[in-house]
Amino acid sequence: MKEIIQYFSDVFHAVKSLLTGMRVTGYYFFHHKEIVTQEYPENRATLKMFERFKGEVLMPHTESNEHKCTGCGICEMNCPNGSIEILTTFETVDGKKKKIIDKHIYHLSMCTFCGLCVKTCPSDALAFGNDFEHAVFDRQSLTKVLNKPGSTLNKEVKE
Amino acid sequence: MSDSKIQENLQKEDAYYVNMGPQHPSTHGVLRLRVGLQGEKVIHVEPHCGYIHRGIEKMCEKDTYSQIIHLTDRLDYLSANTNNEAVCLLVENALGIEVPERVKIIRTILDELTRLASHQLWWSVMGMDLGALTTFFYGLRDREKILDIFEESTGGRLLPSFNTPGGFMHDIHPNFVPRTKEFLAYFKKKLPEYNRLLTGNVIFQQRTKGIGILSKEDAIAYGVTGPSGRASGFACDVRKHHPYSAYGMVDFKEILYTEGDSFYRYVARMDEMWESMKIIEQLIDRIEDGPYTAKMKPIIKLPAGEYYQRVETTRGEFGVFVISTGDKTPYRMKFRSPNFANLSALDYMSRGFKIADMVAIMSSLDLVIPDIDR
Repeated sequence: MKEIIQYFSDVFHAVKSLLTGMRVTGYYFFHHKEIVTQEYPENRATLKMFERFKGEVLMPHTESNEHKCTGCGICEMNCPNGSIEILTTFETVDGKKKKIIDKHIYHLSMCTFCGLCVKTCPSDALAFGNDFEHAVFDRQSLTKVLNKPGSTLNKEVKE
Repeated sequence: MSDSKIQENLQKEDAYYVNMGPQHPSTHGVLRLRVGLQGEKVIHVEPHCGYIHRGIEKMCEKDTYSQIIHLTDRLDYLSANTNNEAVCLLVENALGIEVPERVKIIRTILDELTRLASHQLWWSVMGMDLGALTTFFYGLRDREKILDIFEESTGGRLLPSFNTPGGFMHDIHPNFVPRTKEFLAYFKKKLPEYNRLLTGNVIFQQRTKGIGILSKEDAIAYGVTGPSGRASGFACDVRKHHPYSAYGMVDFKEILYTEGDSFYRYVARMDEMWESMKIIEQLIDRIEDGPYTAKMKPIIKLPAGEYYQRVETTRGEFGVFVISTGDKTPYRMKFRSPNFANLSALDYMSRGFKIADMVAIMSSLDLVIPDIDR
């Protein structure tokens, strides 16, 4: 007799525990406003990442196509995986030889977004961009040249 | 060879071997377990590691101390911030640098937020492994709020790389404090929902109670730390016994149970979430204005010698050991990862149970595979 009572009480508690769980899911079934799903590819127009989001490394340029990179190579030295390469050339201004950057090459495919290049840059030439959709068909297009063609060094940057 | 040893070897020879993983959904990564079976009963388990070995310890030997930080993110990716902190604390202690109070408090808050996010994900996948897919959505819904806090302040959702020796990369966002408070108020309402949904559930209880029992002695012998060890009664909380950062300033309870089965490992983690919220609540109003980093030299060189630092990550005790020759890179770097030690007890724990119980045991251990292989 005792075992039968135990059996039925077990069954009763089991059903009760299942109903308790279903009460939670049932609540959300009838309260649509509390569901927080984002419909990602459809909401691209309104989707805004946070300002500091580390999506890719960029070199901000002014309206007159000027950047702040002096080509010192500190970012290249600090990068743990060699995703930055700087190619420099020499320019002669007023009879003096001056080092300028030819190409600031950034391999997005190797970057781990540790943020050391942006942090250590002495002239704040680098910044993080918010774009995170980096999927491409061609691996070559992940190697980017950060300085825009024809850009020059901003006059305000001290060397 | 003793009789029992011969008996055991005979049993192993007779066993029917099944590979669980490396692509099994419940191994959460690429862990391969060679399971010896007799019928449905597990005779022994042989973990085969190395499917995601990246040689991080070797890579550390060519990196400077500030470059190492981003590699530690990729060990136990669910407690990335805590791993970062371990290396930072080691460098700071070796150089004798006192970090500002503000940094200590923010580090502790970030640690506890990491712990909460990690436990939420663990709860989600534990339910999922045992057949309740609903929990996955409920857990990730709340985890998103913490990831937003991280993203806004640090720029990274999962792998923040926010700590540097001496302090942080940059200051926290002004929204950090209000958002954290908002999250705490929100999650206090949602955590009881977790209990209603899964803890009391009859199917869940029957699949976890009395499964994978680990005694206190065995937990110590195998070095099982974290909530898994504490559920067996092994008082091993580094935060409590060797306080670092701001853990000395706060009042919290070390969760201890003596049962040591899968269900109590679950309960220990659920209780830890309440304790984490208690710690954040005590500290969130104590963030003072000030510098976000101590003054550091641009090139950090540790004096020659050996250093060790341990912290409590979500899964247990994480240790960093460094041999320095006075150079800017370490001569040797060794990580004591909690998951590797926890995995070693899996063979012992799952002997005699059914193969389906192994899923419950593994979920309750909360293994993260990149931390095992490094």
